[in-house]
Amino acid sequence: MDPSQLLYAKTHEWAFVEDQDGGKVATVGISAFAIEALTDLVYLELPKVGSQTTAGQPFGEIESVKAVSDVYAPVTGEVIAVNEELPNKLESLNDDPYAGGWIAKIKITDESGLANLLDQPAYEKQCQEEG
Amino acid sequence: MTLAKTPLYDWHHAAGGRLVDFGGWSMPVQYTSIIDEHNATRTAVGMFDVSHMARFRFDGAGAGDFLDKLLTRKASVVPMGKIRYSLVCNDEGGILDDVLIYNLGEGDNQYFWLVVNAGNRQKIAAWIEQHLPSEGVVFTDHTLETAMIAVQGPKAIAAVQPLCDVPISDLKYYSGALGTLCGEPALISRTGYTGEDGVEVTVPAAAAIAIWDQILNAAQPLGGLPCGLGARDTLRLEAAMPLYGHELSESIDPITAGLTFGVSFDHDFIGKDRLEAARDAAPPMVRVGFRCADRRVPREHCTVHIGDQQVGEVTSGTFSPTLNQPIAMGYVDPAIAVSGTAVEIDIRGKRVAAEVAPLPFYSRPRT
Repeated sequence: MDPSQLLYAKTHEWAFVEDQDGGKVATVGISAFAIEALTDLVYLELPKVGSQTTAGQPFGEIESVKAVSDVYAPVTGEVIAVNEELPNKLESLNDDPYAGGWIAKIKITDESGLANLLDQPAYEKQCQEEG
Repeated sequence: MTLAKTPLYDWHHAAGGRLVDFGGWSMPVQYTSIIDEHNATRTAVGMFDVSHMARFRFDGAGAGDFLDKLLTRKASVVPMGKIRYSLVCNDEGGILDDVLIYNLGEGDNQYFWLVVNAGNRQKIAAWIEQHLPSEGVVFTDHTLETAMIAVQGPKAIAAVQPLCDVPISDLKYYSGALGTLCGEPALISRTGYTGEDGVEVTVPAAAAIAIWDQILNAAQPLGGLPCGLGARDTLRLEAAMPLYGHELSESIDPITAGLTFGVSFDHDFIGKDRLEAARDAAPPMVRVGFRCADRRVPREHCTVHIGDQQVGEVTSGTFSPTLNQPIAMGYVDPAIAVSGTAVEIDIRGKRVAAEVAPLPFYSRPRT
């Protein structure tokens, strides 16, 4: 995944949206900025295949030594696949959260929320402001 | 509220430390990785800025008697150069703070030194003022004019000794001596909050950064790292050391908290009658450890269950880098305070399997 081609939620999740079977499917994960801020990852809870997501609502959780954080769904839809291997190789998220680091693929059922996602320049500006 | 800054604040900031509010102080929670900093302390050297801890001094002929009344430990019989863990209790026996009391100096220059938790500095200072006799005791707060650095780990002494004129190897655990460190007057004590060997050094605030740099220069070739409060928490939790605000509070007494070793009943002190009653009664709950098989981490306030009965509550939890599994401490009904007892811990609405585990989780190899 090329980070410049991704959309980002203000809550630090990324989404790669592509056309598939006449609809849209988003591959989603957690941004490099968030992974670096969390560090020391110990646990990731994946959503269940078939579960419904709502943009801006929690759909998983990620835990570091210090604290647990919700992972928020960047899009509204249905989970059609999850990256089963990821919880067993969380260290790979530090190297590249965009390639093997995807969490789930979500078949988008309501595209209205996509407009709330940021492009890379806007997201990087937000990250700089958060320090 | 403006956060207080230790004399090492500029160093933390320049080193990229992630600064957080802790007890009213802006402190580094980590510089790089909590796990790396933790492991450096277990295997080599970890350096911690603990200047946020409050440092009080008591001079005068009445200081020993006054501290005897204030502390659960009898300060007046602490031998010269020795340090004791103690509690400060209120009239109801609730813990106002856990502290270290030092007997320092010699002859006419003898004095007592008290190290108090950062977040309790104002509360304890006010408690002291409230009980201070009108004469015979001079109480002074030296927190802001000094810095305190903990150097911990199996190679900590090797890092500090070349810089210091106190023969550290001759200092027994929980002993302290006044001397010179990097050419500055220093208090060197064989104490810490990590479960490792090491020292805590107290130095003039103006010299803090220079001394920190010199110790770090000595520690880094040995595998040492500067460490933040994140690693300090994982290290103390593995060593089962209680933390005020988590295992300890005004609503719990030292006996129930499992700290009877920090209470001597051979003197009068504030809260003594309540502590005697607690000692002679069946404990309402017991402080225990928990180990989890899963990787979800129990945190403070998670409830502990057997079947549909709640049997306890977690006071601190983390992921143990040494054991590579989640660990926690908390209080449970005495009936289940038996190592190996299977329980469930409710973590954000989902229960995970855990078992009651003996404390500490980690003991350093004795040489």
